[in-house]
Amino acid sequence: MTFSEIAERLAGHFSTGVILQTNTANPQPFLVVESAQIADVCRFLRDDDRFFFDFLANMTGIDNGLQANTMEVVYNLTSIPYEHNLMLKVVVPRNAEGEPLPVVPTVSHVWRTADWHEREIYDLVGIHFEGHPDLRRILLPTDWQGHPLRKDYREVETYHGIKVK
Amino acid sequence: MSGLLDQRFKSGEGGVLLTTAEDLLNWARLSSLWPMGFGLACCAIEMMQTFASGYDLERFGIFPRPSPRQSDVMIVSGTVTFKMADRIRRLYEQMPEPRYVISMGSCSNCGGPYWQHGYHVVKGVDRIIPVDVYVPGCPPRPEALIGGFLKLQEKIRNSRLTEEPAPTALLALEANELAETGSL
Repeated sequence: MTFSEIAERLAGHFSTGVILQTNTANPQPFLVVESAQIADVCRFLRDDDRFFFDFLANMTGIDNGLQANTMEVVYNLTSIPYEHNLMLKVVVPRNAEGEPLPVVPTVSHVWRTADWHEREIYDLVGIHFEGHPDLRRILLPTDWQGHPLRKDYREVETYHGIKVK
Repeated sequence: MSGLLDQRFKSGEGGVLLTTAEDLLNWARLSSLWPMGFGLACCAIEMMQTFASGYDLERFGIFPRPSPRQSDVMIVSGTVTFKMADRIRRLYEQMPEPRYVISMGSCSNCGGPYWQHGYHVVKGVDRIIPVDVYVPGCPPRPEALIGGFLKLQEKIRNSRLTEEPAPTALLALEANELAETGSL
């Protein structure tokens, strides 16, 4: 199934305001989905027999920086029997220092593999996944301060008495 | 080629060997350096090669041990992250004295490629434990690691019983620093 067919069928199934943007200019086309609806869209894409996206190949968190003031989560879906792929994006406003982290609903109940992907994004970029069963840091030590892949991350002076710089 | 013991004792030519207690002790220590069996990153692959039949570290009496309690030397083979730093320090403290440390590869020597942007990397394992021999390379070839062991053997061969062991000296240094900052 081609990207335009998938986009058409999704637009037909969901009401307006769910698919915010259909980008075909990018070498790999993608859909931007309303962040509150992402879990519903993902569940539909997995369960519907025409799509059958049974594999979440990858999940990425991006900090677009202070100027754009947004953060993104990218979902790369694959259907193993149909051999077709789809890229979804969710864009959320960036939080300033001291404010609560941006919130995106979890898809870990749709694909179990999203559990660790979401923990990694939370750990390194700092996005809170609402409904995640166990949102802890996965790579960095539990007492680490901050999210190091953020554009405005500042390294601490010492960690457990060890000079960092 | 046969060793000293084979030449003089097993042949039955001589019965007495004269030496000093210091030389005997140093010889015993340097002839069976048991490293702790642990690896951190890609350097550990080269380390495993060095242990394996191709380079055969066991001909030097070097044979990995599964516990820090039985180890004489720690090979820090790879990138030391802050998460691992606490564990390395604890493993080092669990080793009995005299204990030696070989820092293997650029990451462990100084942070290596993570020097500038590695927020998670300790910029040199000597920031957490005292190092005896640094082996350069990224990763060092097995020959280089063997060279590091030969350097360590040389160091042990020249060590004196009257000298303070390095960790004791380091602890004294740290205590002095603490006292100085405390008084300021």
